[in-house]
Amino acid sequence: MNFSRYKRELSAALAYLALLVAVGAAAPTFFGAGNLRDLALNNAPVLLVAVGMTLVILVGEIDISVGSQFAVCSVAAGWLAKEGVPVALLLPSVLLLGALMGALNGALVGYLKLPSIIVTLAMLVAWRDALRWVTQGEWVQNLPANFQWFGLGQTLAQWLIVGVALGVLVAFSWMLRNLGAGRAVYAVGSDAEAARLAGIEPRRVVFGVFVLMGALTGLAALLNAVRFSAVPSNAGIGLELKAVAAVVVGGAAITGGRGTLIGTLIGAALLGTIGTALTFVGINPFWEKAIQGAIILAALVSDVALGHFERMRAGGLTLKTAGGAK
Amino acid sequence: MAEVPLLRATDITKSYAGVQALKSASLELRAGEVHALIGENGAGKSTLIKIITGAVEPDGGELQIEGKTVTNNSPRLAKELGVAAIYQQPALFPELTVAENVALGVEQSGLGGRVDWGARRRRAAKLLAQVGAKIDPDTDAGDLTMPQQQLVEIARALGADAKVLILDEPTASLSEEDTQNLFNVIRSLRERGVGMVYISHRLEELPVIADRVTVLRDGRTIDTRLMSEVNRQQLIQMMVGRELSAVFPKREVQLGDVVLELRDLGCAESGIKHVNLSVRAGEIVGLAGLVGAGRTELARAVFGLTPVDSGQILLRGEPVRIGSPRQAIKRGIAYLPEDRRRHGVILDMQIGSNITLASLDQISRGAGLDFKREKELAGDYARRLGVKTPAIYVPVATLSGGNQQKVALSRWLLTKPSVLILDEPTQGIDVGAKSEIHALMTDLAAEGVAVLMISSELPEILGMSDRVAVMYGGTIVEILGRADATQEKVLALALGHSPDEVIPAA
Repeated sequence: MNFSRYKRELSAALAYLALLVAVGAAAPTFFGAGNLRDLALNNAPVLLVAVGMTLVILVGEIDISVGSQFAVCSVAAGWLAKEGVPVALLLPSVLLLGALMGALNGALVGYLKLPSIIVTLAMLVAWRDALRWVTQGEWVQNLPANFQWFGLGQTLAQWLIVGVALGVLVAFSWMLRNLGAGRAVYAVGSDAEAARLAGIEPRRVVFGVFVLMGALTGLAALLNAVRFSAVPSNAGIGLELKAVAAVVVGGAAITGGRGTLIGTLIGAALLGTIGTALTFVGINPFWEKAIQGAIILAALVSDVALGHFERMRAGGLTLKTAGGAK
Repeated sequence: MAEVPLLRATDITKSYAGVQALKSASLELRAGEVHALIGENGAGKSTLIKIITGAVEPDGGELQIEGKTVTNNSPRLAKELGVAAIYQQPALFPELTVAENVALGVEQSGLGGRVDWGARRRRAAKLLAQVGAKIDPDTDAGDLTMPQQQLVEIARALGADAKVLILDEPTASLSEEDTQNLFNVIRSLRERGVGMVYISHRLEELPVIADRVTVLRDGRTIDTRLMSEVNRQQLIQMMVGRELSAVFPKREVQLGDVVLELRDLGCAESGIKHVNLSVRAGEIVGLAGLVGAGRTELARAVFGLTPVDSGQILLRGEPVRIGSPRQAIKRGIAYLPEDRRRHGVILDMQIGSNITLASLDQISRGAGLDFKREKELAGDYARRLGVKTPAIYVPVATLSGGNQQKVALSRWLLTKPSVLILDEPTQGIDVGAKSEIHALMTDLAAEGVAVLMISSELPEILGMSDRVAVMYGGTIVEILGRADATQEKVLALALGHSPDEVIPAA
């Protein structure tokens, strides 16, 4: 295995390891089973969304509407359950709803060639406010008894949620590496026109990736909703930031074409752990966001530094302004 | 010679990630000299130039400018010492006027300084006059033609008091007339004592413009000779280190049925109309014409990149509709685009993945990709085409231009095409890689592939083609048989004349 290709992932992993060692030294109780389970459970939905976000960023786009999609799917799951839709049908319904919202983004970005940051910014506001208007800000309450924890009991359901999130990550990781479609994602993100000339249809790839992003957001929303006895109508605020941050900290290039889901896992773990870790070592958790921001900046800076270093060694493109003789 | 040379690079070495790009490169440039620097792609020309311009730091060797050793060279220092470089693609700011572009890097007013617009324009006008350019200093640089932009760059270099001017393939995309203009400018600069390093793949223009020539091969300076003492054949031998028996390895091939036929094809979007052409199995049809005649546009229409709105495309006699490259590939058409640097390969992807990108179904096994098979196939093609690389998992960006082109070609050969469209397949490629690609085209034709080759190089068109189709104004004006095609006829047709006009009246 060629490790130099994964140096961004490795540096994120080292940072995470350093954090764990530091916290373990300062507060060994951090590694209590209960705390670790809570951490995994809280971060499972973010991880699912981050998996989708990795795909979106790999093709060179971005989706900042995921938080609002998440809220729509959460509320829809609650309503459907209240309407008596059986638990087994909740999953496909919410996946479909998420996929539809994703398809709308995908059609606008992929086929109409609108910039994804603006399209999804509009969707972020539109879905959020449509939901506020429809729900009048009220939470979905009086859910049927078998909604919470899918009626499976807390322990089993908790394992299930974490297991599904990790399983999805592993499955997508395998697909990115082992399927032609995965290749296409990287190719489109690196150079869409070159990919088109090689017989790949970038529009279709971009559309597909947004559909998957929506479906994964739906899945995340459902797995998150069943943890509580009521569904808030304002769920998922700031989720897009967490997901994008996890992907970037995990070493993916925001311009597309480079990144791995293992990196995203490390990024999500690092950012998801930091808040709890602060509490354990006795630092005011108000610092969490500031420190997360610093980590994201550090990831970007080290990315540029690594890229510069690589180019120096490869000898190409050191001076783009000089006319790009290579 | 007692005179101190303007620039002297001695035994420069440089390696990138273990690859020795320069082993021992030396170059001596005198004032008032045009010094040609030639070598195959990957011979180290670019690296040597980057070291002289301060873009790259050498590992060893010595660089002297006007007798003084330069240490810690940087782009800024090189500029102060009077080194300027002009690349194939002009690097002007398109939104700024010519005068502003010329002023950049010449005026030193600091951030708080005020611009004397009148003086700026007068200086720009004076410098432009020195390079014989009739350009209004108030024009936006982006509105200028390519050759005009080149002259503006030279004017800018003069304004910065450049003593050493590096010209990197300045004529690669110039017409004959613009080339002559540029040569006149170069000659007048030579008289003023400017030393010029002139890089070019067009060996035929070197006797016209260069005084001396230095040949690089595999990172070493092979020799520096007076241009008047060497001929083209000797230069080629020095570059490749072997004798090239025949420049064009054309073979007689038994032609098969018509594979690709275009009937009255038109595409309003790209300005092509009434195109009639057929290509048979085993045949190489050359598509000649000037830039803008519609050659690339025709290829793009056949490959499904632009919509055909009139006429028909027939494959083996059957009319087909081709709506996208994907459909074209499924029908056995392959298209090697012009300008590989941009879209022929995906630079950040590994060589292997690049080669298999259009044939993923061939390496799919059950539910996933068969990496072992990919490695075998990609390795096979990389070997067959002679891609020079230590491993197929390195990014294509690390390869030289000729090798990138071979990777692009490997990708298409792996699709086992029945129609292969090559758009300027050897442009900007060194002599060795060029003849390898020509040999490969011949092999493919012998295997029964129908080849349509677009080229701006007349010797290539005449040397490789069974028939030559000449385009002018968006359509094919004439198709000449191999025996009838001469440079004069093809050129006359491409210029929109009848082929007989140029034949002098007896």
